[in-house]
Amino acid sequence: MALPGTRARGWAAAAKIAQRRRHAEGARGSSSRAPPSSRAALYVHWPYCEKRCSYCNFNKYVPRGVDEAAMRSCLVTEAQTLLRLSGVRRVESVFFGGGTPSLASPSTVAAVLEAVDQAAHLPADSEVTLEANPTSPSGARLAAFGAAGVNRLSIGLQSLDDTELQLLGRTHSARDALQTLAEARRLFPGRVSVDLMLGLPAQQVGPWLGQLRMLLGRCDDHLSLYQLTLERGTALFTQVQRGTLPAPDPELAAEMYQEGRAVLREAGFRQYEVSNFARNGALSTHNWTYWQCGQYLGIGPGAHGRFVPQGAGGHTREARIQTLEPDNWMKEVMLFGHGTRRRVPLGQLELLEEVLAMGLRTDVGITHQHWQQFEPQLSLWDVFGASEEVKALLAQGLLLLDHRCVVVAGGARARRPREP
Amino acid sequence: MWTPVGRGRWHGRALTVWATSAAHRGLLEPRLTPSRGAAAKSRTADRLYSSADRKEKIDMSRFSVENIRNFSIIAHVDHGKSTLADRLLELTGTIDKTKNNKQVLDKLQVERERGITVKAQTASLFYNCEGKQYLLNLIDTPGHVDFSYEVSRSLSACQGVLLVVDANEIDLKNADPARVEKQIEKVFDIPSDECIKISAKLGTNVERVLQAVIERIPPPKVHRKNPLKALVFDSTFDQYRGVIANVALFDGVVSKGDKIISAHTKKTYEVNEVGVLNPNEQPTHKLYAGQVGYLIAGMKDVTEAQIGDTLYLPKQPVEPLPGFKSAKPMVFAGMYPIDQSEYNNLKSAVEKLTINDSSVTVHRDSSLALGAGWRLGFLGLLHMEVFNQRLEQEYNASVILTTPTVPYKAVLSSAKLIKEYREKEITIINPAQFPDKSKVTEYLEPVILGTIITPDEYTGKVMMLCQARRAVQKNMMYIDQNRVMLKYLFPLNEIVVDFYDSLKSLSSGYASFDYEDAGYQTADLVKMDILLNGNLVEELVTIVHKDKAHTVGKAICERLKDSLPRQLFEIAIQAAIGSKIIARETVKAYRKNVLAKCYGGDITRKMKLLKRQAEGKKKLRKIGNIEVPKDAFIKVLRTQPDK
Repeated sequence: MALPGTRARGWAAAAKIAQRRRHAEGARGSSSRAPPSSRAALYVHWPYCEKRCSYCNFNKYVPRGVDEAAMRSCLVTEAQTLLRLSGVRRVESVFFGGGTPSLASPSTVAAVLEAVDQAAHLPADSEVTLEANPTSPSGARLAAFGAAGVNRLSIGLQSLDDTELQLLGRTHSARDALQTLAEARRLFPGRVSVDLMLGLPAQQVGPWLGQLRMLLGRCDDHLSLYQLTLERGTALFTQVQRGTLPAPDPELAAEMYQEGRAVLREAGFRQYEVSNFARNGALSTHNWTYWQCGQYLGIGPGAHGRFVPQGAGGHTREARIQTLEPDNWMKEVMLFGHGTRRRVPLGQLELLEEVLAMGLRTDVGITHQHWQQFEPQLSLWDVFGASEEVKALLAQGLLLLDHRCVVVAGGARARRPREP
Repeated sequence: MWTPVGRGRWHGRALTVWATSAAHRGLLEPRLTPSRGAAAKSRTADRLYSSADRKEKIDMSRFSVENIRNFSIIAHVDHGKSTLADRLLELTGTIDKTKNNKQVLDKLQVERERGITVKAQTASLFYNCEGKQYLLNLIDTPGHVDFSYEVSRSLSACQGVLLVVDANEIDLKNADPARVEKQIEKVFDIPSDECIKISAKLGTNVERVLQAVIERIPPPKVHRKNPLKALVFDSTFDQYRGVIANVALFDGVVSKGDKIISAHTKKTYEVNEVGVLNPNEQPTHKLYAGQVGYLIAGMKDVTEAQIGDTLYLPKQPVEPLPGFKSAKPMVFAGMYPIDQSEYNNLKSAVEKLTINDSSVTVHRDSSLALGAGWRLGFLGLLHMEVFNQRLEQEYNASVILTTPTVPYKAVLSSAKLIKEYREKEITIINPAQFPDKSKVTEYLEPVILGTIITPDEYTGKVMMLCQARRAVQKNMMYIDQNRVMLKYLFPLNEIVVDFYDSLKSLSSGYASFDYEDAGYQTADLVKMDILLNGNLVEELVTIVHKDKAHTVGKAICERLKDSLPRQLFEIAIQAAIGSKIIARETVKAYRKNVLAKCYGGDITRKMKLLKRQAEGKKKLRKIGNIEVPKDAFIKVLRTQPDK
């Protein structure tokens, strides 16, 4: 199943070049080699984990044994079906998320990529990201994923403090994490992202900044900072609720965030989204598609997608959710070719609301050109120029609306120099 | 047990009864025993059928005037009068003797839960003594000062009373009848040999109480042959049967089918049903002079059965009885539905409840934050609590009740204002009406004379508490070797909120408190504004004594700080008198909001969340540019739970 190594390595190199080119073009409007409706990003959900993390409420399962062959075949089938339904002819990024997709076999990853390339076109420069936990993949295994076509790794490192890692229910240590990071960088230079959490119960600003600084010495060109959200139904939520753990202090979390941003800015990182930082142009193409409201297909149990089912004669973008539970999902895929549980057509207003809510998370905001792609009739000025609320936000210096875009002031964009 | 024949303190006679029931100690502590609740339920079910079941009608003519006694039981709250009433009902066979007879006359759930009497009840007891059949009409009365209007009504139908004094009131270990005997002599002027020592709980000596009632209370001075003259001394409203008027017949006879006229409205009604209460309604053929019972006469509205009204027969007009002074509300509070869509339901619940409790005054009111509601006037705090509890229990209505206020007055100096109000002295119920100092000669606040009885070891603490409440000591007396009776003149507003709880907690529950109206006194009142970033919050304007402004202002600011959600900017919460800021709290600006990650699978959820927030914002009240949720107002305005 594995693709020839040369092709995979060729992807990695080409992807890097393409990414630089794309982001130099920046958000002045996406490259228009093909109409937007024939392009999409693809999300692949691997629903299994070794162990439940105390903070995670994702759609994941800790199984006794996984019938990987069946899973692989279903992912391939669903990818083929949804690509056909969408009429998408070019997949510009693939993201293997979970769950813990690094627990899947590289051959499964290769099979999905191969199917995508056959059903649509997966250009050699497409970004193919795999989420990896610091425990699961050995160096050899990471290399095998690379050979399968993965050209970017996102490492769920979360913390460099062993006590915190234990609190989070992670199975790795800080040492494991740094080792995996080093290994990943060796195999995917310039193409490795790490996640770091902040605002944990009892976490203090100083030590956390220490972690961030240590990480800066070891990390690659991409970093995500996430504030812990206590989700109902998680072990951590229950502990805080019962008072066995102190509730995270939002004041401290805010301070960590602000200080962390400053540290990263100093280190040459661009905060291109609320939680995401990159240097040397290493932005995530795949996630950028979400914030720009591009089309994306979601395959695998519980995966979300947003696309126009053009291949089935549709003209309206739909929000789709696949069946959550893996066994049921598989049954449906085997019966119908896909496990789509819900399809909700998005109205024009809803779509524009998403354009706005997602765009405001980014440092480029919503440019006039970008807005026009979704709403050719009414300009940003028409929509927001007269609003009292917007005026108040502008007056308070919280929002900027100018000839280029509407953007949150002091948010992701803070003190970023204007594009040269 | 001792039965002293009391000298008539009212227009009749008083018997003193010493109840030595261990269960009765302290004052007005809610006792939520499950057995009582269960008993209440089963009893309610019985009652539904009882009057219908007993078709057989009693002939009341066999009770001639000289064999009738009308009496009440008077006692301090929770001294056991309802328990004594239970025993009297059992002894006369009015109710079966079972273990479940607890506060039989206390029909309301709130009465059973709190162990108090709110609404006076009547029971006719048939009792055979030395071969003669007597009719003893027992009218149970509430013990708390808030309900004194019910007591005075009950007494007007009586020729004598039983005074119940608990000999174990303060401390069981130190129960000392001799000491209580001295106290009674000292406080009531009743010789000790006129007392009957009983245990209502165990039934000891209760029979002698009945004998004493017959011996010492005179029969009513009335005549069957005279034209009908019936006093309406209470009324209740039944959804199906209309108004049920409790009547005492001073003269004459009334029977089903009679036409009667109300002296108050001059309206004519036809009597559908007459009967006695034992304690449930039991129809009779007739009611005769001297008897106490009920009648139903097609009155649709309780205002038609005005309490204190006199009923008579057409063509036989009589001189109306003196009637009663309507009770004056002493405590006011705003009442609002929790959800405005509940307004109409709540309105009908309030109407139904005030039908049975005409002492509550109702004025429509509206608040920018809480919507449409009412400003209700109550006779006191317990009255307010009981009203609220009855709304919840009997009408399933949940409400926001605002912190109680008292009726202040202002003596106007401005000619213009005097002309406007058409009087010089005005009562201020709503702080918005508070006239400026420049237009006023003086402000007045209601005062009460409070009586505190406490073991002397707590005297110091009690006195400190009273001083902190701006009270002035009027009297201090040892009623025995270690118990002190203190009398203080209190501004009413100082006791309406948490005085009673403070007194109880500092005296380990032993001090008792009672009060009576004592008019008005001059007071240095100011209007306190609450500002959010300099913008006035109208619903939080408060009238406060100058000496208390800082404390009250600080408390409001703190409560607001705890309940105002953080916003994108800093909020200054200030309490101000005129232009002078007397307290301040700050709500810091919101610092984070959207830090959670947001990828493909999060978008739907995120959009839903934003929509919900937007919906929520529509319900916020904007003060300046600050969005204030209704909850924040509720937290500041609503009556605070016990601290």
